[in-house]
Amino acid sequence: MSNVNQLTIYGVDIQLIRTLLKIIIFISIAGAAISSRLFSVIRFEAIIHEFDPWFNFRATKYLVTHSYYEFLNWFDDRTWYPLGRVTGGTLYPGLMVTSGAIWHILKNYFKLPVDIRNICVLLAPAFSGLTAIFTYFLTKEMKDSSAGLLAAIFMGIAPGYISRSVAGSYDNEAIAITLLMATFYFWIKSMKIGSVFYATITALCYFYMVSAWGGYVFITNLIPLHVFVLLLMGRYNPKLYTAYTTWYALGTLASMQIPFVGFLPIRSNDHMAALGVFGLLQLVAFGDYVKSKVPNKQFKSFLIVSVVFVFGSGIAALFGLTAMGWIAPWTGRFYSLWDTNYAKIHIPIIASVSEHQPTAWPAFFFDTSMLIWLFPAGIYLCFQDLKDEHVFVIIYSVLCSYFAGVMVRLMLTLTPVICVSGAIALSKLFDVYLNIKDAFHGDNISISKVISKLTVLLSFGFYLFYFVLHCTWVTSNAYSSPSVVLASRNPDGSQNLIDDYREAYYWLRMNTPEDAKVMAWWDYGYQIGGMADRTTLVDNNTWNNTHIATVGKAMASPENVSYEILKKHDVDYVLVIFGGLLGYSGDDINKFLWMVRIAEGIWPDEIKERDFFTDRGEYKMDKDASETMKNSLMYKLCYWRFSELFGGRDGVDRVRNQQIPINAVPELNVVEEAFTSENWIVRIYKVKDLDNVGRDLYDATKFENKKSGKRNRIVKRPKIDLRE
Amino acid sequence: MVKDKSIAIKKAAQAQSRATPTTPATTVVQPVSTTFHELQSAINTTFKDYFRNLTPRTKLIDLFLLFLVLLGVLQFIYVLLIGNFPFNAFLGGFISCVGQFVLLVSLRLQINDETKEGQVEGEEDSKIFKFISPERSFGDFIFASLILHFIVIHFIN
Repeated sequence: MSNVNQLTIYGVDIQLIRTLLKIIIFISIAGAAISSRLFSVIRFEAIIHEFDPWFNFRATKYLVTHSYYEFLNWFDDRTWYPLGRVTGGTLYPGLMVTSGAIWHILKNYFKLPVDIRNICVLLAPAFSGLTAIFTYFLTKEMKDSSAGLLAAIFMGIAPGYISRSVAGSYDNEAIAITLLMATFYFWIKSMKIGSVFYATITALCYFYMVSAWGGYVFITNLIPLHVFVLLLMGRYNPKLYTAYTTWYALGTLASMQIPFVGFLPIRSNDHMAALGVFGLLQLVAFGDYVKSKVPNKQFKSFLIVSVVFVFGSGIAALFGLTAMGWIAPWTGRFYSLWDTNYAKIHIPIIASVSEHQPTAWPAFFFDTSMLIWLFPAGIYLCFQDLKDEHVFVIIYSVLCSYFAGVMVRLMLTLTPVICVSGAIALSKLFDVYLNIKDAFHGDNISISKVISKLTVLLSFGFYLFYFVLHCTWVTSNAYSSPSVVLASRNPDGSQNLIDDYREAYYWLRMNTPEDAKVMAWWDYGYQIGGMADRTTLVDNNTWNNTHIATVGKAMASPENVSYEILKKHDVDYVLVIFGGLLGYSGDDINKFLWMVRIAEGIWPDEIKERDFFTDRGEYKMDKDASETMKNSLMYKLCYWRFSELFGGRDGVDRVRNQQIPINAVPELNVVEEAFTSENWIVRIYKVKDLDNVGRDLYDATKFENKKSGKRNRIVKRPKIDLRE
Repeated sequence: MVKDKSIAIKKAAQAQSRATPTTPATTVVQPVSTTFHELQSAINTTFKDYFRNLTPRTKLIDLFLLFLVLLGVLQFIYVLLIGNFPFNAFLGGFISCVGQFVLLVSLRLQINDETKEGQVEGEEDSKIFKFISPERSFGDFIFASLILHFIVIHFIN
């Protein structure tokens, strides 16, 4: 290094140039990370995506229009009707507080009144830049700064991370991954030098992480596991003690400040590993102290006695406390991580979420491209010089590879470690092959050496180039759709936006009373709350399984049963999503089996999944559909007057490729059609009131139909197609 | 460290109680009693060594540690006897004891490391905390303690 220090280029110190270059590289990495996330804004508009972000957005709006204390004490009576939700105490406030703080700072200190929506939309891309920088620092601790720079750019554009952080995807993960990287970086740093200061920073980052995402449990278990493995490897030293105990004491205390977390860190089993390692570390520290004082043999006997004692009492205490109900047993989501069938059997509501499904193999390649095969090489290199921090990367990668295989969603936590170890492998390769010094030494330059180096370098240069292409392609094609607005192509190739969701939600907002209750499947709860501003029965915060099952039952039952449920819950409107006309596959009929399953879990006598299949066990909507299916409210709501669109022929459901017979048109008696969006994606029905003259609703409808004899609205087929 | 002493004594008692029933079997007596003797002598050595190495600074720290342990135990007894009604207040108080204890032990490790290794070796690399000077460790300690107590106050309300 001393040689390097004296080198100058045009009289400028080479270190200075290095720093300058690094800064420029950082800026361009952040630029690349942010700009590749803006596809959705350019293609569509600055709009909040998907489902959960709509709730976060609504909560943020509440935060900036009310005070912070009102936000924490927020009781929301517009969801989960008639129960309501203690929103302030059941959310992770980190995300909303972050964007609220940015909004206030911009408004008060820079005098820039920015719309809160724009801040929410652009928050995730902004934080992705920071993630790249923290990944750089983390990787730098593992190897050197060149590996760090590679990891930073990988992290910046890897689709696995982009999938959750495009502009508009205003979700907890958007800032949580940044904090995950920051916490890990500070942890490695504090563990390496044994600094209380860095451990405190780790605890603060951990606190921020706890406030932002439920995935903080991952850190809570990963760091103790790291320490535990180090202890087993016989690598205890006082630095470990300083770093871990400081982090644990401060971090645990801080995490209990979040209302939603509360006393969980000392009550639930998820957190017990951290406590156990904390206690173990105290004993090991004491043992280490004794060891330094007494001869080896005496220490051995001392060790045996104490280990037996501690282990026995620890296990007994854990079992005893769990049995007495002091410590909550592991949660369902946790079990479903170990036993992939657990959720399917016990908690259908968890299994019903598509991102909780096991990952398909191509997804790994799709989301990380060439890094997935550099990843094992990086891990191998970590094994080669097995320092304390490398143990961390190894544990992280092993755990996360497993978890990512179990749940698609956890691909997100795997991506950082793939980037880090991929960068370690690649930079090692470049270290070896870019070293052209020995090519100039000696008289005869060996041709074969030069050729082999060139081949390797060029091929990896090509791989890197391809990686960028792949990432951009994946981002622009797969992850940049807001899912609120759909895109399609006209026959002539021009783009066409399908905006049915917003059309329908806006209709609700404008044409229904402000206190109208809308029943829809829980997926759409947040969107109805956010865009239509109407009261919903269930939403994506699936805290009450019975209530969701009630909605499922209402959808799956015949009209008279449903009507009772609808009336009991004061429902004014029923909203269903129907993609059959357009070929939009994420519609309610495809989700219908989950509604049935969840309802069956509560009312096994009334709802039976088997009844909804044909005799041959097929899930069909056409003329073979089972009676139960044809009588269910969902079927009727979706296919009401559907066949009329096809001018006398059978209707074609383009999602399921089935013919809907024209002669078996579903009858609607207890609800009436209120609104159907342009492409029939959203259909809204108004629940009829009890009849004025006390007739049965069936009789009343029959009478009405006879009297008018004509339809009051002409159905029209939309011109466009959805081509995927 | 004093807390650890009491743990050790407890362990010794445990070992003793375990040792007595096995005495009838003559083959087992020998290893068990030697184990016990070794344990006792180990504790004795540690004791003596501890008092020999005590400096005023570490003495102060250890007294503080003892105080914290007593305070924690006192709170725990209170909860056992009277009940844990303001649970967050109890937790805040108890964790502030534990947290402060841990921070102090860290400080002690860092300071001790400096003096001990410095005297024996006088080499920079042999130290465990080679990036941390005593001044810095004290600064870190204050920083962490401030944050700890800020959160505790917030928690207790």
